[in-house]
Amino acid sequence: MSVIGDSGRPPPPSRRKVDVKALSIQFGLSLLLVWLAWEAVGNVAENMRARNIPTSFNFLGATAGFDINQSLISYSATSTYGRAFFVGLLNTLAVAAIGIVFATIIGFIVGIARLSQNWLAAKLATIYVEVIRNTPLLLQLFFWYTAVLAPLPGPRQTLSLPGLSWRMPEVGALMAAAVAGSFGFLLFAFVRRQLRRTNLSIPAYAAAAVCTVAALLFATLGPKVVGLGVSSGFFDLYTGAYVFLNNRGLFVPAPVLGDVGFRLLIVIGASLLGAMAFAYWAKAAREERGLIFPVGWISTAIVVLPALVVLWLGSRSLALDYPQLRGFNFNGGVRIYPEAFALVLGLSLYTASFIAEIVRAGILSVSKGQTEAASALGLRRTATLKLVVIPQAMRVVIPPLTNQYLNLTKNSSLAVFIGFPELVQVFVGTVLNQTGAMIQIISITMAVYLVISLATSIAMNMFNKRMALAER
Amino acid sequence: MSDAIRTSTPIFVRESMTADRAPPVSNAGPAAWIRDNLFPTPLSSVITLLALLFLAWALPPLVRWLFIDAIWSAPNGDLCRAPGAGACWAYVWQKLGFFMYGSYPREEVWRVNLVLLSGAALVVWMLWPDARGRGGAALAFFTVYPVLAFGILTGSAPFPTRWLPTSGTGQLLWAFLYVVLIAGAGTLFYTGRLTALAMAMIGFVAWAEIGAWWPTLGLSHVGTNLWGGIFVSLLVATVGIVFSLPIGIVLALGRRSQMPIVRFLSVLLIEFVRGVPLITVLVMANTMLPLFVPQDWSPDRLLRPLIGVALFSAVYMAEVVRGGLQAIPKGQYEGAMAVGLSWWQMMQLIVLPQALVTVIPGIVNSFIALFKDTTLVAIVGIFDFLKAVETARLDPVWAGPSISTSGYVFAAFFYFVFCFGMSRYSLMMERRHAAGRKR
Repeated sequence: MSVIGDSGRPPPPSRRKVDVKALSIQFGLSLLLVWLAWEAVGNVAENMRARNIPTSFNFLGATAGFDINQSLISYSATSTYGRAFFVGLLNTLAVAAIGIVFATIIGFIVGIARLSQNWLAAKLATIYVEVIRNTPLLLQLFFWYTAVLAPLPGPRQTLSLPGLSWRMPEVGALMAAAVAGSFGFLLFAFVRRQLRRTNLSIPAYAAAAVCTVAALLFATLGPKVVGLGVSSGFFDLYTGAYVFLNNRGLFVPAPVLGDVGFRLLIVIGASLLGAMAFAYWAKAAREERGLIFPVGWISTAIVVLPALVVLWLGSRSLALDYPQLRGFNFNGGVRIYPEAFALVLGLSLYTASFIAEIVRAGILSVSKGQTEAASALGLRRTATLKLVVIPQAMRVVIPPLTNQYLNLTKNSSLAVFIGFPELVQVFVGTVLNQTGAMIQIISITMAVYLVISLATSIAMNMFNKRMALAER
Repeated sequence: MSDAIRTSTPIFVRESMTADRAPPVSNAGPAAWIRDNLFPTPLSSVITLLALLFLAWALPPLVRWLFIDAIWSAPNGDLCRAPGAGACWAYVWQKLGFFMYGSYPREEVWRVNLVLLSGAALVVWMLWPDARGRGGAALAFFTVYPVLAFGILTGSAPFPTRWLPTSGTGQLLWAFLYVVLIAGAGTLFYTGRLTALAMAMIGFVAWAEIGAWWPTLGLSHVGTNLWGGIFVSLLVATVGIVFSLPIGIVLALGRRSQMPIVRFLSVLLIEFVRGVPLITVLVMANTMLPLFVPQDWSPDRLLRPLIGVALFSAVYMAEVVRGGLQAIPKGQYEGAMAVGLSWWQMMQLIVLPQALVTVIPGIVNSFIALFKDTTLVAIVGIFDFLKAVETARLDPVWAGPSISTSGYVFAAFFYFVFCFGMSRYSLMMERRHAAGRKR
């Protein structure tokens, strides 16, 4: 006797009935794939035997026997293939990191310029974006490498950028100026805040002027007063050229940090921790007691000032390694090869054009009502930007921005066309040619890029969860 | 009395008109425009001045190099190598045939022209808004055209003997693919299943007939190793575009499917291919694809990168289409189910038409990216346009820095025209579709 039998209605169909069609489709698909994979594996094994292709990863330990001219770690022809892999990987990461920094800076400037009231700036930015976005990156790389950098004069007729660098003794004075300037600025900010309460804006500017002059005076005379053996003051910059650009690459002075480097690292690490602790404390103070601190400024000061002091105190052991013309080429300093230079230049400019569009879209996505509401509440223009516009724009900007960073990283593989030794050029190019271990090499390379992508997208998802609008 | 009034009323009564005030500084005209758009604030004025300085520095040399000092005709590179010479358009003109066709035999070039021109005509017809018979043009472009183009370009029977194995299984596979293609296209345009089936049958029979009859045309065989230049770039781009959209739609539907295995496989493929650079996909297609199949099945060297490019653009297309699918309100799905449409009918009649129209900009962006990415096929030895430019500049007769630069500028112009044209077309379509939705 069924429960519903009395009412005379048929029993309702089970809500979760087994979908035979869906099951059979999936079953069939799985069977097909398994069969294909089975066939493919069999074919691969047979083909690899027939062509004598190595099947193990043992080749990674074998001597590479080829040289790589640009390497961040020590490498020679006697190193192993495994080490060559790391050379390529590090070069990829380095180029990507530098490219990302430049692309972001250029992209934000261009994106904001496209929305500028200034007609000329907006038009120039538009032309830049349209031309760069609508031509292939590879063509641009060829252009920078072959048409711009290759025809540069040789080392003897080198181009030099004068006045961009200075003698090391003056760096000490410069550090002093920076320290003094920072203190001056903090003082000025404090004084201005005090004065603003009494609505005395003109004395505030006077105080600013006095502070600035005091900072500059201190910077100029400071080193002499303290007697650290600094030969001259801040304004005695060296006017000779220390940055050279020719067909052998870009030559810039390299800082020789000596034992200061280690101390600097420790101090920066400690002050980063300190800044984080401060930010945490300030947040708690704001939420619990309503105290508002200029967190950005103070954290910057916490990180920068100790580092500057360490640099200043150790400035006697600091030195710059200058590039100098010896015979037919430059010695010393850091040499950025034309391949690397062209790659970073091309990648940054190309990605910047996409970032510019993202930034523009992000700013446009914040509706005008938001700005108007903020000014109706009496927020100043900077406060409106900082508290209302930028946080909302960033929510729109950051996901596609990360995508562009990933694209830049993946696009750095185009270096294989101009001969910069990054992962694909070294590993998929040279090592694959020498060892023939195609399956292992291509899998390792793809795995590297996959790990980078997946790590980024996991981070992105976490970010999105935090930033997502809480809607209905 | 009157005295009292005069003293007690401090009211001021003006007895003469005041002088006219100066008219406001004009709000119209060029002066006002310059003031408002170039010098509205001090910072903006500084930016304007800097921009003008930049233009004064960059523009005159550019114009001189491009036009005034340019060499328009020369027998060899000597004139262009002279100091002070500008762009070498003579070189571009001289090498134009090479840029267009690569090493395709010169006396057979009419075949390439025929294919390119008919393809262009079909594309224009298909994309021209409000043209009559656009569906027919699209059907022809996606089914008849590729087969005939293949036959004309290679000179072999469109029943492929070189691209895929000569063995019976291979031909069967190819025939199966073709039937699926025609049936798919048929269902897209005419929803009746019988019509689609009939079309597939007719297409298959016609194709076999043409294949049997083709050799009597007497076209000489031209191997894909001789193909090159703009023609190959367009070929790779077209194949990528034609295949990426349907595969992308299928993958997007798979990713949003209720079936866990289908969903998992789609996500796996999409995320895997999206996570790696195109170069590695191309190298993989070139070196590993021949390993996956029996030795006598080894695909043609041009076919391998085509597969790689199509797969790569398809997964990006899948993400674009998925965006469109997600933008369709749930009520549309529910409404379609409520009137009793099957899943395919719902997708075909209700969801996809709306979803695809919403993501037209994204689709065109993918096409533009794909078109630019075709330059990468050079890594596996395909002689595309950019590779032709790179090769031509090494010709000792024409070697020289300003000559290479001219080649690059020409290539940039070519790619710019195509990509910019596509983006403008998508903007136009977007506006047309938006017009129908405006309230």
